[in-house]
Amino acid sequence: MDFFQDIVIDRFNYWIYVILMMIGLHAMIVKNNLIKKLIGMSIFQAAIILFFVSVGVKDGATIPIVSHHGHEAAHAEAGGAGGGGHQDEGGVQDHGDHEINPDRHANPLPHVLMLTAIVVGVATLGVGLAVAQKIYREYGTLEENELLEKLRSNDG
Amino acid sequence: MADHAPAILLIAPLFAAILVSLAGIRIPARRRIPAAPSDEPSIGGEPFESPEFPRLKEDKVCFMLTLGALIVSEVAALTMLGQVIEGGAIRYFVGNWSSPLGIGIELRVDHINALALVMISTVALLAAFYSNHRVEEETPGKSSQYYTMFLLCAMGLMGMTVTGDAFNLYVLLEVAALSGYALVAMGDKRAAVAAFNYIIIGTIGASFYLLGVGYLYIKTGSLNMVGIQEIIAEQGLAESKTIQVAFILILLGVFIKMAFFPLYAWLPNAYTHAPSTSACLMAPLVTKVSIYIMVRMMLTVFGPAFAFDSIGWGDAVVVLAAIGIIASSVIALAQTELKKMLCFLVVAEVGYMVGGAWLANHHGMVGAIYHILSDGFMTLCMFLGASILVVKTRQTAIAGLVDLYRKMPLTMAAFTLGMLSMIGVPPTCGFFSKYFLIRGGIEAGQWLYVVALLFSSLVNAILFFRIIEKAFFGELPAAEADPGHGHEEQGHPEDEPGVIDEAPLSMVAPLAIAAAGLVFIGLNTREIVTVIEQTLNAYALTGGGG
Amino acid sequence: MESHSLKPILACAASLLAVIPIVAFRRRPNLREASTFIAAIVKFGVVLSMLPVVLSGGTINCTVWEVLPNVSIAFRVDSFGMLFALVASSLWIVTTLYAVGYMRGLKEHSQTRFYAFFAIALSATLGVAFSANLLTMYVFYELLSLSTYPLVTHHQDREARSGGRTYLTYLLGTSVGFALPAMIYCYTRTGGDMAFSGAGALAGQVEPGVAGILLLLLVFGFSKGGLMPFHSWLPGAMVAPTPVSALLHAVAVVKVGVFCIFRVFTGVFGVGFLREIGVANVISFVAAFTVVVSSLIALSQDSLKRRLAFSTIGQLAYITLGVSLLAPKGVTGSQLHIAMHAFGKITLFFCAGAIFEATGKKYISEMVGLGKRMPLTMTAFTIGAMSVVGLPLAGGLLSKLYLVMGTVESRQFGMTAVYLLSSLLNACYFFPIVFNAFFRKPENPDFEEIKEAHPCCVAALCVTAVCSVLLFFCPDPFFSLAGLTTDTSFAPLAGD
Repeated sequence: MDFFQDIVIDRFNYWIYVILMMIGLHAMIVKNNLIKKLIGMSIFQAAIILFFVSVGVKDGATIPIVSHHGHEAAHAEAGGAGGGGHQDEGGVQDHGDHEINPDRHANPLPHVLMLTAIVVGVATLGVGLAVAQKIYREYGTLEENELLEKLRSNDG
Repeated sequence: MADHAPAILLIAPLFAAILVSLAGIRIPARRRIPAAPSDEPSIGGEPFESPEFPRLKEDKVCFMLTLGALIVSEVAALTMLGQVIEGGAIRYFVGNWSSPLGIGIELRVDHINALALVMISTVALLAAFYSNHRVEEETPGKSSQYYTMFLLCAMGLMGMTVTGDAFNLYVLLEVAALSGYALVAMGDKRAAVAAFNYIIIGTIGASFYLLGVGYLYIKTGSLNMVGIQEIIAEQGLAESKTIQVAFILILLGVFIKMAFFPLYAWLPNAYTHAPSTSACLMAPLVTKVSIYIMVRMMLTVFGPAFAFDSIGWGDAVVVLAAIGIIASSVIALAQTELKKMLCFLVVAEVGYMVGGAWLANHHGMVGAIYHILSDGFMTLCMFLGASILVVKTRQTAIAGLVDLYRKMPLTMAAFTLGMLSMIGVPPTCGFFSKYFLIRGGIEAGQWLYVVALLFSSLVNAILFFRIIEKAFFGELPAAEADPGHGHEEQGHPEDEPGVIDEAPLSMVAPLAIAAAGLVFIGLNTREIVTVIEQTLNAYALTGGGG
Repeated sequence: MESHSLKPILACAASLLAVIPIVAFRRRPNLREASTFIAAIVKFGVVLSMLPVVLSGGTINCTVWEVLPNVSIAFRVDSFGMLFALVASSLWIVTTLYAVGYMRGLKEHSQTRFYAFFAIALSATLGVAFSANLLTMYVFYELLSLSTYPLVTHHQDREARSGGRTYLTYLLGTSVGFALPAMIYCYTRTGGDMAFSGAGALAGQVEPGVAGILLLLLVFGFSKGGLMPFHSWLPGAMVAPTPVSALLHAVAVVKVGVFCIFRVFTGVFGVGFLREIGVANVISFVAAFTVVVSSLIALSQDSLKRRLAFSTIGQLAYITLGVSLLAPKGVTGSQLHIAMHAFGKITLFFCAGAIFEATGKKYISEMVGLGKRMPLTMTAFTIGAMSVVGLPLAGGLLSKLYLVMGTVESRQFGMTAVYLLSSLLNACYFFPIVFNAFFRKPENPDFEEIKEAHPCCVAALCVTAVCSVLLFFCPDPFFSLAGLTTDTSFAPLAGD
């Protein structure tokens, strides 16, 4: 049971990301339809983003916003940047002159990184869709087997 | 200004990319983009009019902007090389955020990447120069889009080389890759399919890299490359499973990106069907920069002791590299299309460098890094030459390259120089990379790798002399071949004016410069190796200093 | 003793620089050929000007370019290099004369290319001759292979291309496959210093077993020396125009091969070290085998140039055999043979070319009765044949004498028999040609119209024939140079 506790429960975030990743990878490699491949790609990337975000979480910690100037500004920022994050109020009580306790804040860095990664993912998807569109215009199909057939008949 | 060279290097092409894309906005606003030439009438649909429209001017604006930005980058790269040689590694903190936690992005230039940056910016500059007349031909009406992508790709590649931050590297990797996908997709009819495969495989590669960085971050809490190394060393994390997994994931990602042997499937189609202009930028640089990243990860992030000892992969990777070299050389032999053949040679060259780096000794690593430089120019030279030949002869098959020696003497001379370098004939740089790599292989006792290198040289010789035979010594017209009845009178020369049909200067000049670069690098081997060793000696690989 | 001078570079570059005027004057053949002549004479002059220093026992050194610390491209003119350089550069002048006659007589195409690559090939040859270390030698060796390829494929027909393919496959295949890794291994083991020296650069640095493998790799790697089984490029290369066959495939290229082998024996390993490891015997046997077999093959060839080619293979193996005996007389004989055979064989090739130019005949069976129509050519042919067979009044006798003395000195009497048998076979394949030419009547009536070849050709072959005879009477300076080299090579042994 300890084993189960250690490997599965405590690390459930890893399991979820691995499962998601495998689903994505499977779709990218096995699926016949190009759009499904792209969906797989999105799932694949989402899995990694989830992994990163889950890494930054700490038990009992809150959104990582440290206010030096007062509650209003902090709340305003929280609404903008951490939208939909933890609602625990503990962290934002810290004032500038107080010692900041890192245990009470979720690690912000992975979240920030993932903002960039999300943008990258969106861009990749966009390029992928555009190319898929171009393929459709050229060959009139998005099914890989039909595509390969057409390519082969072009060669011959 | 000189202090900000690392930032200027990246900012110049980035801003130029924005300006170039702005310059392109006006085209669709006034009229439709013209359809691609006759053979595919279904695209575009609407007919377009007003051929008199002075669109050419916008091409030129885009071209000049691109050229200007790349020249700025080139100057920045050269400045940094000078600074590094004089004063050692440069650390540049973007926005002055030099946080000990490694939150700020650091640009870090040491001897190795200073050289690589000079190579990248020069290759990009030459490729841009070559693009000048070709863009309108190959991607009609899309020159601003082309140049935007071109600049972003070049920026991404330079950024990957200059950055000292593992996550920043991922972002720039994707910037280069995304613009690269677009550059490939602009090509011929089959390019879109090739680009799609490239997207899928490239994304997998980049994602593995990102995942690896995630594991690194979990364990070390830093994203700064040097910081990670210090933390691994301080806390004795070399045995940590997490770090090992991170290393494996990162390597896997980079192997996919560089088209290392079993993972090379995306490369040949992508570069064959891409527009020749894009291929000239990407083929020399994308694989080389990926190899640079691998070297950087092995040396700076994980440290040679970890990379070679903890995982114990060294021998397996070298053997794989050797098999890759042999296999892709054999596949190259079977190709009838010039560009496709070159693509497989690129894959073989990747094996050279990966194998060299994993020999785990000084000469192997010097050879791998030196080969990054020389192979950049070599591949550029080959692709420029092949592109010019394909454009001028309108054939893609090797069999069609008949009697080009008379028609295009300059192109063929430069192309021949490139071929000789690929074979490894001194004093071109190809010889010296082979020298170091073979020497490293002998010192490490990796005989299969040594044999693979020699085998690949011989295959290259066969491949290229097949071309030379066609182009230089093809069948003469019947009257000429018969010695008794030559058309040439005694005292009259054989060369007639008028048969020369050389490509425009904007295409030949970059080729000639690239070819000259091969000899230049070869002749300056000692200086270049000394510079590489300045940084490399710090890592205390076996057999160093001698 | 050791002096520094730029002369070796000048000698090497003289013909390389000549490429510029040759290409520039491509529309004015007279000027083009004149520039070739000037380059040839300048080259010979520079080589000659270094002769006194070398004869007095000195060397001329010059580092061109230090590739890496300790690894450099450097020239060093010693007695052996001088001997070879003298042969090659003097014969280039004569060959140019011959080439003008031959190429114009046959109205060949692409003459500019021909002269340009010829000049480059000569630069590479002198580069090999003057090389101071293994890397330099290798670099110029490769350059020579590549620069002669366009000459071999000159005719651009199917046969020429396949000949060229064989040529490169053998030469590049062996040099890249064998010599290159062996060379890099040598550099790895010695830490970079592979300068040739009498004691042997490698001596004592590697284990005898490894040294044996290295020796075999290097000897077979420099396959221009024509040792079997890597000899078939040479008959294939006979598709080239005759001046190429004459200078390159009787003198420069093939002699570069044996030159390299000689250097490997005396400069890289050193005679003393080779005696310790004892692998030289293997080379001796291969060479002896080559001598006999190639002579037998030559007997069966009807194409004159192919017969000469196989004869060359045999004669090259003489040289390799001579040096592999590791005896002073044998080593001297080998060097002398480089010079003597060069003059003899080039005469024979010139004659073959002259016959082809004048009559269009390539086959020996068609050459019956030619002596009356082309007396000068056939007389020169006779002299050349005498020299190659080793009969008195021609230079070949001296070198063969020394080679045979070498076998006696090293007590390898089997090899003595090989030399004698081979000389007999040489006579068997040359003298029937001479006999038929002079003492049999032609069956073909159109022989009446045959005249001597282009005067330039005839002049050239007469000069080399006369030289062959003169070398019998005064073999100096070749004799002194060869003696000096032998002394240097065996000096380290004197102490033992």
